[in-house]
Amino acid sequence: MIYVISILLAGIGIYGLLTQKNLFKHLVSLTIIDTAVNLFIIALGYREGDAPIYTDRVMNFSLNFVDPLPQALVLTAIVIGVGVLALGASLLVRIKEKHSSLDLEEMKGVKE
Amino acid sequence: MNLLIWLTGGMMLIAAFFAVEARKILDSVIAFSSLSLLSVFLFIIMKAPDVAITEASVGAGLTTAVLLITLFKMGKDDER
Amino acid sequence: MRRFFAILISAAFVYVMLSFITTLEPFGKIDLSRRVSVHYLAKDVNTVDSRKWIEGNLQVPSERRIYGESNLEDGSANVVTSIVVNYRSFDTLGEVTVLLAAAIGVGTILRGSRRMKYRREPNFILKVSTGILLPLILMFGVYIFVHGHLSPGGGFPGGTVIAAAILLLYLSNEEFTLNEGRAKLLEGSMGALYVLVGLIGLLTGGAFLYNFLSTGRVGDLFSAGVVPVVYIIIGLKVGSELSGVISEIHRKGE
Repeated sequence: MIYVISILLAGIGIYGLLTQKNLFKHLVSLTIIDTAVNLFIIALGYREGDAPIYTDRVMNFSLNFVDPLPQALVLTAIVIGVGVLALGASLLVRIKEKHSSLDLEEMKGVKE
Repeated sequence: MNLLIWLTGGMMLIAAFFAVEARKILDSVIAFSSLSLLSVFLFIIMKAPDVAITEASVGAGLTTAVLLITLFKMGKDDER
Repeated sequence: MRRFFAILISAAFVYVMLSFITTLEPFGKIDLSRRVSVHYLAKDVNTVDSRKWIEGNLQVPSERRIYGESNLEDGSANVVTSIVVNYRSFDTLGEVTVLLAAAIGVGTILRGSRRMKYRREPNFILKVSTGILLPLILMFGVYIFVHGHLSPGGGFPGGTVIAAAILLLYLSNEEFTLNEGRAKLLEGSMGALYVLVGLIGLLTGGAFLYNFLSTGRVGDLFSAGVVPVVYIIIGLKVGSELSGVISEIHRKGE
């Protein structure tokens, strides 16, 4: 089942967030959690039917459609994920300019 | 169909684990891009065409490009 | 030591979430007539009493024809589009605001006045094929968001494809810079136009973002009221916003 796959992906993302020292890996782990949650939401609305579009082959209302509401929610969540990733990447560029290292244990100028 | 879902899920878990534990950052970004591609495949199996088109063009185009240009800007910093 | 505690916390999280799965409905066998999506699919959100459907007193109208009929409730053939733009249009306005905040944040943090160069000459194949492919990619992006109410797609992937075309221009030409003033002007005016469409709906219909144009036959290009107009506005806004973000991460210098 897809529920198990998405929960294990979220677990790998949380493990990466807790152990890695490089800040770039933190950003990649956050986006892995984002992808796993989007997959989980769409798996909540699946049944054995067609895609929810009326064409000239599926003219009538026959209750054989996949649930369209989770797809509408995930559609905006994916584009917001890209915006947050761009903001995080620009913050990384400025941190590297100021402290001259991206390692959490070697940053100069941060008090212990 | 079930075999296909388990196979794709297994490949996604291997790619995610490699993206977290790689030594160079360039390998991590490439593994993350392949994770995004495999999730497009799962979206198509679950009959969601709008979401599949959005995730394909966002994951393969913009996310990989933003991460790689940021990596290029920071100079020769690809070790752990 | 730190790795051991990280594995422990991660395994505890996975165990708690896996034991929560048994309270959901089984995968692939959901009962659609108990959810609110039945009203979105039959296009009858306001006129049918929902308690009667759930208790089984009203039959589900299966011989009701939707494709080709005229003057339905909102008239778009793609049900996900009608949810995003018509029934839950206020959430889309909030999402557009969040994207605007992220793009303003990127523009404030990064600074520089010259363009960052890649220090190598672009390939000959890249230059020639960009000249052939670029108008096709732009036309494909515009096609996706104009036909958003008839086929899968809509404003958000259409804008992303336009931003990918601008990225291709940046990669293949060392001297190209996007005119950022015009991109920001387009983005701001499209955002204001969306709120203006909502205010016109308030004046003529009685609710903010009311569908005030006429809904023609389901399946035509000029149908579904204000839905294609809003998707054209969203497509141009997201396209110019992400192109501005691509242009800002290429800056360098003081």
